[in-house]
Amino acid sequence: MNRYNRHIILSEIGLEGQHKINMAKVLVVGAGGLGCPVLQYLAAAGIGTLGIIDFDIVSESNLQRQILFGSSSLGINKAIAAKKRLEDLNTSISIHAYPKKLNHKNAISFFKEYDIIVDGTDNFKTRYLVSDACIITKKPLVYAGIYKFEGQVSVFNYNNGPSYRCLFPNSPKQEEIPNCSEIGVLGVLPGIIGSLQANEVIKIILNLGEILSGKVLYYNSLSHLFNLIKVSRSEKEIQKVMDIADIFENLDEGIRCEVKNNNITLKEALTKKNIQWIDVRNDSDQKTNYPEIIQIPFADLEQNLHKIDKNKKQIVFCHAGIMSKKAVSILQKHKIEDSFSLKNGALEVMNHFKKNNYEKP
Amino acid sequence: MMITIKYFGLLAEVTGCRSEKMNFSCTTISDLKEILFQKHKVLKNKKFKIAQHNELNTDKTKVTSSEIALLPPFAGG
Repeated sequence: MNRYNRHIILSEIGLEGQHKINMAKVLVVGAGGLGCPVLQYLAAAGIGTLGIIDFDIVSESNLQRQILFGSSSLGINKAIAAKKRLEDLNTSISIHAYPKKLNHKNAISFFKEYDIIVDGTDNFKTRYLVSDACIITKKPLVYAGIYKFEGQVSVFNYNNGPSYRCLFPNSPKQEEIPNCSEIGVLGVLPGIIGSLQANEVIKIILNLGEILSGKVLYYNSLSHLFNLIKVSRSEKEIQKVMDIADIFENLDEGIRCEVKNNNITLKEALTKKNIQWIDVRNDSDQKTNYPEIIQIPFADLEQNLHKIDKNKKQIVFCHAGIMSKKAVSILQKHKIEDSFSLKNGALEVMNHFKKNNYEKP
Repeated sequence: MMITIKYFGLLAEVTGCRSEKMNFSCTTISDLKEILFQKHKVLKNKKFKIAQHNELNTDKTKVTSSEIALLPPFAGG
């Protein structure tokens, strides 16, 4: 244990704390600017099981900041190149390299194998995927993002704390905010921010100090200012994700694109003629009791297509407009093409029905 | 009252300033956003959170601080 002597002699860690570190399992998504320093410090600290997911290969422009790689890594997959370097750094830990893309299909089973997930990704699509999969698998997420000379760090889903979606409920369009490869980044910045992430991982494992949960830290390397902003948990945002937990693994990008133009607001729905409302919420205790609305829980949709009047336009709704999207893609697969997913969900529909005195049977 | 608006990340770039002072007589964050949108039309299409006293605000929150921060998400890693 001489390797960990400087940890062990700290009264806050000791043998017991180092044992906790050696037993921990941490998955790092993305072995880039952030992932490299995170992995380097976690491997050195002796995290017992380290997972690395990255589909990308090392290119020369990565070497300015992605400190696990050298000239000999060029052209090699980042997860594999990182594993090779880290195995030399610490021979006593177990390192798993996954040279593949994280997607809705594989995220849940990957995350279930680990205690803590670290977000070192470089695009919003993957960030929201990581965040949602962490909510569903109830894993703490050590998050960070960088922009030129600035960074933000937080710990999400920790001890009933907020999630990334409580801070930023919806993803910006990818082109709205450029990433490092498009706009450039100070090489040392991800080193600073990734080190802050590694620090939070160790603190979570040891239950040490104040965990950066319920707060987001903004850092500016030019003005050396740290701003700590409080973030509250939003049950609504977390519930929206839990509502899609059952179908999460099927939410591939193809389906999303397919129904892109079939998302409508209540206002737009009401301009259509000859419509049928379909309530696909799975919790059957919420009876709607209006003859205009048929209730088919999402899970039973494919077995109940005969209940749907194909001569009408279908307006499908659920709690939050996510399950209904998936339902519309199923309807369209079965050639019920005049179907639309309501953006805002059941509450708005019910309010509309109440206000306009639709008849109850 | 005079308040200072602080722009983070991309917002500093699109507005052309890291911070600016303005005379402000409105009462809520929503009012303030309207004024900022008029001054910097480009902000309308950006996602960001507004914070004062180091806490995130909603549109209905009253402006009580002389320093307001506009915080965007960061994509890079």
